[in-house]
Amino acid sequence: MKYSALALLRGALSAHRNWVPAWRSPEPKPTYDVVIVGGGGHGLAAAYYLAKNHGVRNVALLERGWIGGGNTGRNTTIVRSNYLFPESARLYDFALKCYEGLSRELNFNIMLSQRGIVMLAHSRHDLDSMARWANAMRMNGIDAQILTRDEVAARAPLLDMSPDARFPVLGGFTQRRAGTARHDAVAWGYARAADALGVDIIQNCEVSGFLSGAGGRVVGVETSRGRIRAERIGIAAAGHSSVLAKLAGFRLPVVSYALQAMVTEPLKPALDTVVSSPGTGAYVSQSDKGEMVIGAGLDLFPSYAQRGSFAVLQGVIAATLALFPSFSRLRLLRQWAGIVDVVHDSSPIIGPTPVPGLYINCGWGTGGFKAIPAGGWTLAHVLATGRNHELAEPFQLERFITGRLIDEAAAAGIAH
Amino acid sequence: MMQLKCPWCGLRDESEFVCGGTTHLIRPDLSVTDATWGEYLFFRDNPRGVHLERWRHAYGCGQWFNVARHTVTHEVLSVYAMTDPPPAHS
Repeated sequence: MKYSALALLRGALSAHRNWVPAWRSPEPKPTYDVVIVGGGGHGLAAAYYLAKNHGVRNVALLERGWIGGGNTGRNTTIVRSNYLFPESARLYDFALKCYEGLSRELNFNIMLSQRGIVMLAHSRHDLDSMARWANAMRMNGIDAQILTRDEVAARAPLLDMSPDARFPVLGGFTQRRAGTARHDAVAWGYARAADALGVDIIQNCEVSGFLSGAGGRVVGVETSRGRIRAERIGIAAAGHSSVLAKLAGFRLPVVSYALQAMVTEPLKPALDTVVSSPGTGAYVSQSDKGEMVIGAGLDLFPSYAQRGSFAVLQGVIAATLALFPSFSRLRLLRQWAGIVDVVHDSSPIIGPTPVPGLYINCGWGTGGFKAIPAGGWTLAHVLATGRNHELAEPFQLERFITGRLIDEAAAAGIAH
Repeated sequence: MMQLKCPWCGLRDESEFVCGGTTHLIRPDLSVTDATWGEYLFFRDNPRGVHLERWRHAYGCGQWFNVARHTVTHEVLSVYAMTDPPPAHS
């Protein structure tokens, strides 16, 4: 059913008994054309674009828990495309442009709010590197504007701009088109649209092995809900990519880390932009519910525990309160961590694996949410055609052999 | 907060240490293929389970040591010297 004001009115007149589930919960069929492992944003988007862009509708999406319950439900909802290299700029800005039209396309309000992001410079060196960063973005055709100290103060009046501030703010830059989007809505919107095109979304279905055919080709998966055969399989499992790769018999240039975030109790509108301080490792935005959403840097040791280290939590809280002293009276409501797959150059991997028929979308590290439409679009392309999408061509596994890395560590925004 | 037992200083908070990543990596001969070299530099087991890793007591004695630690529970199974052979946890 199409969501609209009229549908809402019709619902109101029928005591809201007219609503149907947004997607089906089918039993898995024994065979599909394509199976996607991982029901987060990237997997759901890949399923949707397979059906919409390529007409491949006999698709199963397998999710170990519930859709959007992994990193898609654990991020800080920020979207931006302020990267340094042309390859990344193209990929991430493609995603941001998709986000700009996504509510209409999916008939599902993803609550995109392009409130801008302000990156803070705390030293002369920060000012220099941010000027270089903003200029690189403009060279790539992406909006960026260098801000003076006063312009930063006007955008975020609660920032401590006093001369004796622990982390003095000397200036910064902004990408105005950046902002936030409702993370659950992105997952649910893609799920509903993919389901409407015939994709089977199968939750509580954990993959425990890959079926091998002639020539080592993958021909299906063993799951907790039985054997499912498919000639082409895509993996989009974020922090658990290495676990699935091991089942398929290869290794990845990936290390899994916990990345944590937290929200305060809700308060009235006080911060109408995203503020990021790469120098202190803290970034903050205010959700539409009013909570201050605070993100931290990585817990810098390998982990699959979705908890987050208390040492890192203390550090990010201290940095946030130094930037925004008035937040000191707020209470934290929740704290959590997601497991992210960090690669050496902080750029993703989207394409074939050493196993014929098996494709992967991984390596987004600390910034996968913003890239969901691009990750899904390019994974769907290689699954449907067997050829890499031109946006994904530079982001292949081979770059770790050839040495042609795309090192975005400086633009990842989060300390690695 | 996670605590690690420095072989020299005893049990200390995680915030005194830095993790140096996977241990027991052996640099191949310089004449190997690009594939072997890339494998050595970048590709890791990244286990969901026991991980053999090196840590440094950076804000203490400054010494390196090896740790066998579970990546889900964060339980430390053993602490051993940099030159010791891998323990039989994994």
